[in-house]
Amino acid sequence: MDNPGIDIRLKQASPIPLDVELHCGSGEVVALVGPSGSGKTTILRSIAGLYKPAYAVINCQNEIWSDCSNKKLKPAYQRSVGLVFQNHALFPHFTALQNVMEALPKQAKQQAKKQALALFKKVHLEGLEQRYPRALSGGQQQRVAVARALAREPKVLLLDEPFSSVDQVTRRRLYRELIELRRSLSIPIIIVTHDLEEASLLADKLYILHKGITLQSGKPNEVSAQPKTALVAKLMDQQNIFTATVIKHDHDQQKTLLQWHDLTLEANLQSNYPIAEKVCWMIQPTNILLHRRHRQSNGDKENPFSGTIIEYFVLGGYASMVVQLDNTVKITMSVPLHVAQRNHLNYGEKIALSLLRKGIHLMPYTTLRRKE
Amino acid sequence: MDWQALFLSIKLSTLTVAFLLPTGIYFGRLLAYKQFSGKSVIQALLAIPLILPPTVLGYYLLIGLGAESIPGIWLNTLFDRSFVFSFEGLLIASLLFNLPFAIQPCQRAFEAIPREIREAASCCGMPPFKVLWRIELPLAWTGIVTAMVMTFAHTLGEFGVVLMVGGNIPGETRTIAIAIYDSVQAFDNNAAAIMSASLLAFSIITITVTYIISDKNKLHHG
Repeated sequence: MDNPGIDIRLKQASPIPLDVELHCGSGEVVALVGPSGSGKTTILRSIAGLYKPAYAVINCQNEIWSDCSNKKLKPAYQRSVGLVFQNHALFPHFTALQNVMEALPKQAKQQAKKQALALFKKVHLEGLEQRYPRALSGGQQQRVAVARALAREPKVLLLDEPFSSVDQVTRRRLYRELIELRRSLSIPIIIVTHDLEEASLLADKLYILHKGITLQSGKPNEVSAQPKTALVAKLMDQQNIFTATVIKHDHDQQKTLLQWHDLTLEANLQSNYPIAEKVCWMIQPTNILLHRRHRQSNGDKENPFSGTIIEYFVLGGYASMVVQLDNTVKITMSVPLHVAQRNHLNYGEKIALSLLRKGIHLMPYTTLRRKE
Repeated sequence: MDWQALFLSIKLSTLTVAFLLPTGIYFGRLLAYKQFSGKSVIQALLAIPLILPPTVLGYYLLIGLGAESIPGIWLNTLFDRSFVFSFEGLLIASLLFNLPFAIQPCQRAFEAIPREIREAASCCGMPPFKVLWRIELPLAWTGIVTAMVMTFAHTLGEFGVVLMVGGNIPGETRTIAIAIYDSVQAFDNNAAAIMSASLLAFSIITITVTYIISDKNKLHHG
């Protein structure tokens, strides 16, 4: 293959447990997602050669950086890696321009300056070349860090929570710039984040990590809609995870019936779960349909329930609410604010809703700590 | 004013700084970045000259460098001369009792450089020596300068260890601090006052310069 991307296999038992196998193709953006202590940053540091796990095989663009079988290990400074650190890690005693020039391959000074200035243009930082890092805002420092990472003409670009130290407005602008930037790069890009929204927005593929192990990988919408386990669903910040019992598989109507407390639920056929077996199930808020008060629609027929709003708050143009369906069952949903206003939704209001069949996803049973 | 004693003191201080500059940088960096068994013990041993009475340290050096001890015999055989009551013996003593002054500020300065900065340098393609030269030394230089100024000033003013190991031989081991003591013993208060004032002024200047450098560095690197 001409442009194979990067393949990573890391394994060790302690001090930081790791057992992961990752692949990121050229031009692809992969996000490593997981809570603190899941090993995300350690993986990134291992790729860069800054951390040496007990077992590491790393092949980047047909170049072996680490191979435990023949004890080959390239030191960090010999790996063509562009790494953007969480706190940017700019050299405080150098100007922004010098920071970038330090990472350029050896060449005549004039040529290097020209190349560095081109990188400043690429990251929209013209005019700030002579400033020291302390005189730059968080967003500007982040851009210098990206320019410095690209200066090395890296074979892989690694971003360690690069947006965590900037404000929300700057972050949104930087997202757009990164999306724009990736179009011009034909190298693998690996981003570490604990922000699912960020990961889903920027990445082509997610790796969900927990205690150094990959729980699931796949496209962002696939992983969030169809997590393999309740733990992945929890890590993907799914609010509606419950347990139920399979009562019937109806192959004719392509549906599976579930007993959920005193309620019966219909889900799309998922016959791999035996009858009478306990399962976990989840539904994303987008698959919960609010019934209009005086107008029925087709979706209203699927798993219709009525309940009372017991929590209601507005955030970012959406109304989020918790609805009590009966004494034991609460469900979280959100609707655009204009929908909430049109339907006069508020605390204490009674509403009707449907759990769409296609959105009910079954997972193997596990104890859920959270109260249902 | 005993100019001979002053020049001897300056010679001793300069040579001590010259030997301890690379030593301080090397061991300061090692202690700042490497984790190894026995590190705490080494750090404790290095700090001993800070708390031990100089005469105690001087006593052990006198015994250690003397013709009846194993190191003393070994040194006498190797260099064909005795190290007690000689300038070279004084220099060895000076190097030993100044180790904490040279190493500890360097260690603190290297420790203050965030790990990510050094790692970023490696990711920029800099080999370890270049990381030291381009990144670590410029960022740690305040600590290094402080270490050297403190070492110089401390050597210049040391009394107990010098007297124990070197004695009071004019032109060989008689430093300015001993010359002051001698002047007072001889009721030459005028000479003692001039030499004391000179040492005091020098101490004030060196400490002030150290603080100015330190403050400038803070302003520069934020």
